[in-house]
Parts: sequence; structure tokens; C-alpha cells
Amino acid sequence: MYRQTDIISDSRISPQEGDLVINVGPQHPATHGVLHLVITLNGETIKKVEPHLGYIHRSIEKMCESLTYRQFIYVTSRMDYLSAHINNHACALCVEKGLQVEVPARAQVIRVLMDELTRIASHELWWGAMAMDLGAFTPFFHAFRERETINDIMEETCGARLTMNYMVPGGVMQDLHPDFQKRVKEFIQLYKRKIHEYDELVTDNIIFQNRMKSVGYLSPEDAISYGCTGPTARGSSVSSDIRKLYPYEIYDKLEFDEVLETGGDSFARYMIRIREMHESIRIIEQLIDNIPEGDFQAKTKAVLKLPKGEFYTRVETARGELGVYIVSEGGTTPYRIKFRSPGFSNLSVLDHIARGSKIGDLVAMMGTLDLVIPDIDR
Amino acid sequence: MTKEELKIKIAELLPAATFDETGEWLNVHADAKDWLTLAQQLCNDPSLSFDYLFCLTCIDWKTHLSMVYHLSSTKYRHNIVVKSKLDTHQPEIETVSFIWRTAEFHEREVYEMFGVNFLNHPDLRLLILPDGWEGKNPLRKDFEDPVNMIKL
Repeated sequence: MYRQTDIISDSRISPQEGDLVINVGPQHPATHGVLHLVITLNGETIKKVEPHLGYIHRSIEKMCESLTYRQFIYVTSRMDYLSAHINNHACALCVEKGLQVEVPARAQVIRVLMDELTRIASHELWWGAMAMDLGAFTPFFHAFRERETINDIMEETCGARLTMNYMVPGGVMQDLHPDFQKRVKEFIQLYKRKIHEYDELVTDNIIFQNRMKSVGYLSPEDAISYGCTGPTARGSSVSSDIRKLYPYEIYDKLEFDEVLETGGDSFARYMIRIREMHESIRIIEQLIDNIPEGDFQAKTKAVLKLPKGEFYTRVETARGELGVYIVSEGGTTPYRIKFRSPGFSNLSVLDHIARGSKIGDLVAMMGTLDLVIPDIDR
Repeated sequence: MTKEELKIKIAELLPAATFDETGEWLNVHADAKDWLTLAQQLCNDPSLSFDYLFCLTCIDWKTHLSMVYHLSSTKYRHNIVVKSKLDTHQPEIETVSFIWRTAEFHEREVYEMFGVNFLNHPDLRLLILPDGWEGKNPLRKDFEDPVNMIKL
């Protein structure tokens, strides 16, 4: 179906004579989904970037109002599908906060392990896809080689490769696969053997660096004001790692660093994600031999009822801060639920950083913001 | 600042504000007409410096709407929640997109989903819904769409 759009609708900057208005998307390979950008150009210089959203808006917030506290978690895998585990985790934490359930130690470790594997898988896909946007096709295959291993590990334990739905209120759905530890150790070996290729292929490539450096500069003040989180904010040296600032599960007992870069440009955001993968590996190495024995799920009632009140949890997904806000009236379904998605805020800064740059650099900026469209539309 | 210190400080700034401590963070209830002044003070006061608006949303309580602003300070790491009651039939509140730029997109979302009119908003248009959308606001409790909505 065609969607009629009133293209020139932002009254603040209206196109002058000689300006060119072009549509990027909704079906454009560089937008990674169905993002529609209306760009006003003067020659090759960007005057304005205006996102038109809603092509895959499923109104998850409305849907969740009629689902029970066990059911709604499954829908959230479809928001940021690359961080499906972490979305589920945020929802499970929020329900547990309302029920005041203590999660067994084994389940906590499993959750963190899964979160970090997901984070690596997400960054791998981002790395391959971003290099492809800039015209390099080989990195995509390299990234998928490692990501495939993680997907296989997920499939063994959770039964699914992308939308895992493994977290339930009180713990995880089932115990780990007997081969889990062995497979993860194999993956760590593979990762360490191959990761230098990433730097040799892309990071140290002078052509790549020229396309990334001083492109899309974002100042720390703007990053905070626009509500940017995750690697986007940390590239501008804004400390925003929820795992460090408001630790959940066992993150306060683990040794890892919050990665910060001071550049504020696309290259800084790129480096953050590369370095974050190393940190995730560090976390996995600390945990993989120390998974405590015991229950993988706390005992909860069959029908969950949250007490009357409001509950908010924040977790760090691969893209930034995900907030889950549940308003309960004491029933079996939420009265209102709001997902504060990282992609939505990160997208809002695109117009700000793109103004005045050349159209060719737009792809580099979009790539390093790491937009996942279902996360923005919800 | 702790909850108590925040409470004293905000009561100084806005004597009309009421508080409740039911949630994880301090809840501040302010009138819609006081919101803009309060928001400016919350952001600019050096001892508060709430520079990061991490969640902006609205709740339909059937009798009234309630705007909910979650604020955080990147300097002191304290959080508060500000709530403001709005009329169901003519919901209006001042925009805060000049204070926190992230509010611009979030307010557009609330505008189309709940029909809240943000006064002085620089660019109040539909963001997610298709242009030319007519009818009620989807996230309101009385919204019914026989064609597109699947009852679960």
C-alpha cells in the first residue's frame, strides 16, 4: 500500500528554490529495514533529515495491555530482534520487581551469559552490515561466520536462533544444554583466533578510516540532551552503561570496563562496539566455568498478579538503555506498559548530526547509530 | 541527593507540588500550568541538574490523562518522576523540547497516541501514524478499530 506523505512538512526549514528533496527508503538496503528518510539537499549538502516512521508499527504497547505477565515477554523479542534476550530480560526483571521474587544464582549467571553472547552476536551483525553499507562486502561473511556459532549455541539451549523467548519471570525457561559450556569455550577460541581479521580488514584500513573520522560529530552535551545511550553516547565520552551505573543481576560482581571514547565521531562509535565485544568475552570467560548448581527457575504462581503500583527497570541492550515501565492495577495484565527503546532516541539525533554534511556520509552516520527499525517503531 | 533532600529542594522551588514515595523513585505531582517553570529549574539548578530525560509517556486513566516524565542527572545520578494530570477532552501541556531535545520525538509520539496537545512544540505532527489519520488516538483506552485491531 502506498502511504501518502506530506513530504515538506517541517516548517522550520522549508526547501528553497534549487534544493532537492529525496526519499531514502522505506525499502533501501542501507536503512536496514523499513526506515523512511526524507532528505532535503542543497547540492550534495544535507539541509535536513526527516524520519517518517511507522511502517512496521505493531503497537506492541497496546498489545501487551491484553496479555498476561507471562505472555507479554514473548512479544518483546520482536522489538529489537538482535537483542531479543536482553529485551526479555528487562521485562522479566520488571515483573520480578513487582512480585519481589528472588532469582536463583544459577539463573542469574545463565541470564548474564546469554545477554553477553547476544551482545556479541548483535555487534557482529552490525559490524558486517555497516562495512557492507560502506561498500565492503567481505566483512559480512566474516562476521556471520562467528555469529553463526552463537546462533547454534542459542538454538541448542533455547530452541530458537533469533527470537529466543528464554527468560521467564523467576529465571529461565529450561536448563542449559549439556554441551553449552563446551560450545561456548569453542566459540571463545574461535573468536580469539579470528578477531584480528576484523582489525586488519576494516579498522586499520585507511579508506575506511577516512570515511569514518570526523563524520557525524556528536558533542557530549547534545548526546545527553537527545537522550542518546549505549555506544552512541559512549562514543562522545558520556558514561551511560546501565550495567555499571545501576547494576542488575550479578554485574556488580564482575570485572569489566565501561568502554569510553572521546572522539564523538563515527569512528569513535565504531571503536566502542569493537572494544565492547572484547569486554563481553571477558565477562563470559569469568562465568563459563563458574555456573553455580541449583534451580534455574524460582517457584512462582501459575497466574501472576502484580500489586497495584508502578515498576520501572532499565537494562543495557546492545544499542543502549532499554526501559520497561509497567503500570499495574493489581490484575493479571498490565494497565499500561511503555518501552523506552534506545533506537528511538538515537534516531532523533540523526537530523542534528547530519546537517551540513555530505549525502555520502549519511550512510556512515546511520551505520554507526546502529538503528534497528522494529525497535524504533515498536 | 537522597529522596528526602530532593523533596525539600523541590518543595522550595514549587510549593504547590505534592509528593508520594510509593515507587522506586520520588514522585512529584505538579500542575500542568507549573510544569514549564519547574522543568527549567530542575534542569538548570546546579544542585539538581536533571539533564537527562530518559522516559516521557502518558497514561490514560479514563477519568483523566497523566503525563509521566522520568528524569535523571548524569552528574549526581539521582532520579525523579514528575507527573501531571491533564483533562481527557482537552489535554494541553507546555512542551519541554527546548530543555531536553529528546522530548521533541517523544512528545510527537504522545501527541498522536494520546491526543495531548503540546503548546509551543516546534514541529507537532504525526510521527508513527500515517498522515491523514483520522479518528481516535490508538493508545487511549476507548480506542476501537474493527479493521486493524486483533482482539487477543
